[in-house]
Amino acid sequence: MTDCLNTDLLNNEIPDPGANPVEQFLRSDRIPHIWCPGCGIGTTVNSFARALIESKIDLGSLALVSGIGCTGRVAGYVKLDSFHTTHGRAIPFATGLKLANPKLNVVVYSGDGDLSAIGGNHLIHAARRNIDLKVICVNNLIYAMTGGQTAPTTPDHSTTSTNPYGVFEPSFNLPHLVEAAGAVYVARWTTFHVRQLSRSISEAFKKKGFSFIEVISPCPTLYQRRNKMGDGLDAMKYYKEKSKVRNGAPTSEVGMTMTGEIVVGKFVDRERPDYLTLMKSQYTESLGDRFVEQPEMVCS
Amino acid sequence: MKADLQKADPRGVLTGVHFMDGDHACCEGALAAGSRFAAGYPITPSTEVVERFAQRVPTVGGTFIQMEDELAASITLQGAVWGGAKAFTVTSGPGFSLMMEHIGYAAMTETPCVFVDVQRGGPSTGLPTLPAQADMMQAKWGSHGDYEIIALCPNSPQECFDLTIKAFNLAEEYRVPVMFMMDEVVGHMTEKVVIPPADQIEVVPRKHTHKSVEDYLPYGTNGDLVPEMAHAGEGYNFHVTGLTHDERGYPNMTLPTQDKLVRRLQNKILQAVDRIAMFEEEQIEGADVVVVSYGITSRVAQRAIEAARKKGLRVGKLRLITAWPFPEKKIRELAAQVKAFVVPELNLGQMVREVERSAAGQAKTFAVSHAGGGVHNPEDILKVIVEASR
Repeated sequence: MTDCLNTDLLNNEIPDPGANPVEQFLRSDRIPHIWCPGCGIGTTVNSFARALIESKIDLGSLALVSGIGCTGRVAGYVKLDSFHTTHGRAIPFATGLKLANPKLNVVVYSGDGDLSAIGGNHLIHAARRNIDLKVICVNNLIYAMTGGQTAPTTPDHSTTSTNPYGVFEPSFNLPHLVEAAGAVYVARWTTFHVRQLSRSISEAFKKKGFSFIEVISPCPTLYQRRNKMGDGLDAMKYYKEKSKVRNGAPTSEVGMTMTGEIVVGKFVDRERPDYLTLMKSQYTESLGDRFVEQPEMVCS
Repeated sequence: MKADLQKADPRGVLTGVHFMDGDHACCEGALAAGSRFAAGYPITPSTEVVERFAQRVPTVGGTFIQMEDELAASITLQGAVWGGAKAFTVTSGPGFSLMMEHIGYAAMTETPCVFVDVQRGGPSTGLPTLPAQADMMQAKWGSHGDYEIIALCPNSPQECFDLTIKAFNLAEEYRVPVMFMMDEVVGHMTEKVVIPPADQIEVVPRKHTHKSVEDYLPYGTNGDLVPEMAHAGEGYNFHVTGLTHDERGYPNMTLPTQDKLVRRLQNKILQAVDRIAMFEEEQIEGADVVVVSYGITSRVAQRAIEAARKKGLRVGKLRLITAWPFPEKKIRELAAQVKAFVVPELNLGQMVREVERSAAGQAKTFAVSHAGGGVHNPEDILKVIVEASR
């Protein structure tokens, strides 16, 4: 795996070519992590770290904000200014961080339950405002940290601890939701698509505005075991066999089912002025010379 | 632990003599204190604070954002604090209820910030346009777990200005969320407000670390109970979590870490009660009865106190400016000297419990309750003063 990564990153700076290139981004004093064997969250962190190398982004200006849940723990493992906030509120916290210091690149890294259920209101409003945030949503189709309860993303007919006789609520199609709300960049991959995921994250760093990347990720311990879908490897086989890359697919057509096709790819890549740009132009227009641009807020 | 003071940035200070309501004066206090960021959600009777901020802040260099709800507003402001801003939010009862989780988050992560609550009648939607003082216990106990906050109670538009600055200063000095407990009457009352020149306004700067990246421990206290802060984007690569954490800021859910952290969060406030406590005393010496009040009720009580003195009763006044941490030492000392305390408030008995607890049976305690929606009739307070004097 290390060889393969090094080949891929041939022209980039790796401090110690013998070392795992991802390690520099991790708080190694916090390893071992809490994620289960076969869980996909670590895989997404690997892709994220590779995207940091590929995009050569200034790490000093990068902040990462998580909510609560298995994916919420990402903030604790990355060697960045990182915030593990309250359940569902990573996006509004990140909004405050970005507006107070627009020079920061702010990544929101959280799970499907955190971002689309308890935090659903913030998700749509941040997309509507087009706040310049990069949202990585690890979708394991269930509430995993709390023991496998139904999430807004849990596919129809699957079984969970709170729908022991089968889920009958329709589930969210997250790419469709965020596109409708105004996101400028929307992509979906699975944890099988590690390279594509990395590339999407790198692309999102180049966008100014609300970017949303959904990563379908296995939860062998709760979702798959309860639904007799095997282990982490079986999930990889499923993702490999059933994923279909359809870049530019209408997001209305990318909803997920329990065992059906998973449409992956980059669905939306468009331009729309972000919140801060609009704010500045509105104030300039209305206030003229009376408008005072926000200085750096560091009040030390 | 005494913080270094700075002078206010003149750009935010509207020096002069104004005729202004309490909500607007609170906004001017925030600007004078150096706040350049507010996140809010509209709610009567507090909205005028952020309406004014929205109008003023683009002309002094800052940001107001109206969020989708109070849950968002109360955490957006904390993101802004970690980005380097002094930040606040403003709300009233129903919104204050929604903000409770983030008061706990601010206490746990030691995020200096100010929550303004312009109190109205409750419970639930209650009396949106009418006063109450019934969020006083919620301000202290509303979020889960053990923690301490600071709460201040202005009783005039002038104090809405002066004490908002104090609220920001205390938030920075102790790295704690400060509750600014106004009420509808104080918020909407228009009076003379004097805003001094910027060089006469003292502002506490952020307790920012001067340590190197290698030496910095985000929650290391080095003997002091208040850790030093860093901001995102400065290269410290620090971690902040609402989980129980060690000095590195790393989650550590063990009993010793929990014990050490939660006790420190309490002690940094409780050990400074005497420095934080502010109150106004009048004719306490030789009094038989002391009327303990705060906010708008202190001004209604004044009339009752004066009427009682005309009857020849020996009545003292203790006005609480700091409600939390509760100045229990002051009450305990007075309890040894007086017959009774009379505690009028616009609720069915909240701070009176603290007075009674602190008096510990040494003096009687009489509540003068009011369900809210108006202020007391001074006669009702007078009757209780007379009864308590017997």
